[in-house]
Amino acid sequence: MNRITASCRISDQSISRNGDSVFENKGADLSDFLLSGYRHFELNYPKFYKMDNLSKLGWLAAEVLLKEGLSAGSYQPEEIGITLANANSSLDTDLKYYETVKEIPSPALFVYTLPNIMIGEICIRNNFKGESAFFVSPRFDADFLERYVNDLMDNDVLQACICGWVDLLGDEYKAVLYLVEKGPGTPFIKENINKIFQAENG
Amino acid sequence: MRNADVYIASDNIVSPLGLTTAANFSQLKKGISGIRLHDDDAMSAQPFYAALFGDKDGLVGLPAPDAGAMQRSPEMYTKFERLLITSIENALQDGGIDVGDKKTVLIISSTKGNISLLETAANVSGPGRLSGLQHPTSAPGLQPSSRLDPALTERIALHTSARLITEYFGFTNPPIVASNACISGIMAILTGSRLLRSGQYENAVIAGADVISNFVLSGFQSFQAISSRPCRPFDRSRDGITLGEGAGTIILSSHRKYAGGIKVMGGSTSNDANHLSAPSRTGAELGHSINRALKEAGLSSVDIDFISAHGTATLYNDEMEAKAITLANLQAAPVNSLKGYYGHTLGAAGLIESIIAATSLKEDLVLPTIGFEEMGVSQPLNICSTLLSAPLQHCLKTASGFGGCNAALVLSKE
Repeated sequence: MNRITASCRISDQSISRNGDSVFENKGADLSDFLLSGYRHFELNYPKFYKMDNLSKLGWLAAEVLLKEGLSAGSYQPEEIGITLANANSSLDTDLKYYETVKEIPSPALFVYTLPNIMIGEICIRNNFKGESAFFVSPRFDADFLERYVNDLMDNDVLQACICGWVDLLGDEYKAVLYLVEKGPGTPFIKENINKIFQAENG
Repeated sequence: MRNADVYIASDNIVSPLGLTTAANFSQLKKGISGIRLHDDDAMSAQPFYAALFGDKDGLVGLPAPDAGAMQRSPEMYTKFERLLITSIENALQDGGIDVGDKKTVLIISSTKGNISLLETAANVSGPGRLSGLQHPTSAPGLQPSSRLDPALTERIALHTSARLITEYFGFTNPPIVASNACISGIMAILTGSRLLRSGQYENAVIAGADVISNFVLSGFQSFQAISSRPCRPFDRSRDGITLGEGAGTIILSSHRKYAGGIKVMGGSTSNDANHLSAPSRTGAELGHSINRALKEAGLSSVDIDFISAHGTATLYNDEMEAKAITLANLQAAPVNSLKGYYGHTLGAAGLIESIIAATSLKEDLVLPTIGFEEMGVSQPLNICSTLLSAPLQHCLKTASGFGGCNAALVLSKE
């Protein structure tokens, strides 16, 4: 059976890992909050500053998720993949990009007008080269995630998968990521997936 | 666990070249391209080449919504949704698939869906232009953060289009939406075939579409990625992509009654983990995807009779693909790119090009690569430049996109 070996959640200006609060910065606006989280965990990665907010959110959640490394330690890059979903795709940056079209269209923003760019950012950081996918759904669908990721793991397409939900539009955001491996942990079934997704912070 | 065979039960292409797969293939065999020079201030300050719908120069327009066929008022569907509806409706015409069955799933593929609604919202104050909106309140000139009109953002969301299409046809399962840059279409086919192989569903209706508007065109122009002429895949003088619009639908089924046709044998996606907008320097990651797809299909490189490449005609994409194809030991196989006929149809490309590849298998014909004259990649490929008639059994379809994503799919004739 595939198991959840770590989880991370970012919402309401706080970050938790495996259900324990690890950082909060109440009152900060979204950009300041993401930057304060980046600084708190002393993540030395200049590319962070160039990312759009959606990628910052997903990337930061992945950093916290993988803070203790992968439990089995040594996978090939092709054996680790990412499956993410959200409701608003890249619309937050689409709006910002389209504002620039009236003057000079910004290629630096245009590249972020695809939701899977966030997957690319996490892959570049961690050298993950396996099967990745981005889906759009109106709300978090634990049932689909469970079936999709288990199929990849059970057929040995992947040995480890970072999966979950990273949604952001304006000041509203929520990220919940799961590290799924074949080692010991919480069974990767929709009841547990939903429990972690719905848990209150802290 | 992977046991059920997955067949293509039916398919459709809606493009400026025609409204059925047969009409499209017939145009392609004659070497007719949908790419024309356009001069449209709403889209671009400069004239640009693209393959767009329009009833002139031998091309077709997107059929007007038929109020009789469309159960509700046709104005409630955007151009993007009408593309999908027109394509799915035609693919379902064979009648073998029950959309209301619990064993049938709808999968939609798109990169930008209804994003052009941003343009109409930005240019028009007050309600009226956004058909189907309950509370259109957005006004021009506001900052992005204050322009987050919930009715507009909900209308733009891909899951809203997917729900409207689900309701239109009467699917009973919730739809799946794949949005993964230019590999979206192949990813959607792969997702569908996996859902069928695992036995979760028996039929998957997989439809992809994208509309070309100022948003998308300006973005590729800002990257200096738009070709000054109709695109020239793998050619020495290639200088970028040409955009195109269209839709494609593939209906997959594990039902034995479809045996004897085209089978989806296997597929894979991968990530370069290198750069967001530039492809891998080595092609190793697409090469890995190709090898993985071949392995899943139970085939080796010598079995592949032709390759339908992504072939966008950017300098870097075509070079990367040439390296990947060579790494996978497929450099002798005939290769074509269909971008010279359709332009780059983004979220529809994987579907449209897979359907043409499947039709090529059935008709034992490999189509030439329009725009290719002189080898322009460092690893010489066998680029198909004239209509090639040969017995065909297995083909490989590839794609790559922003975010460093790659995909490969193997189709076979039984």
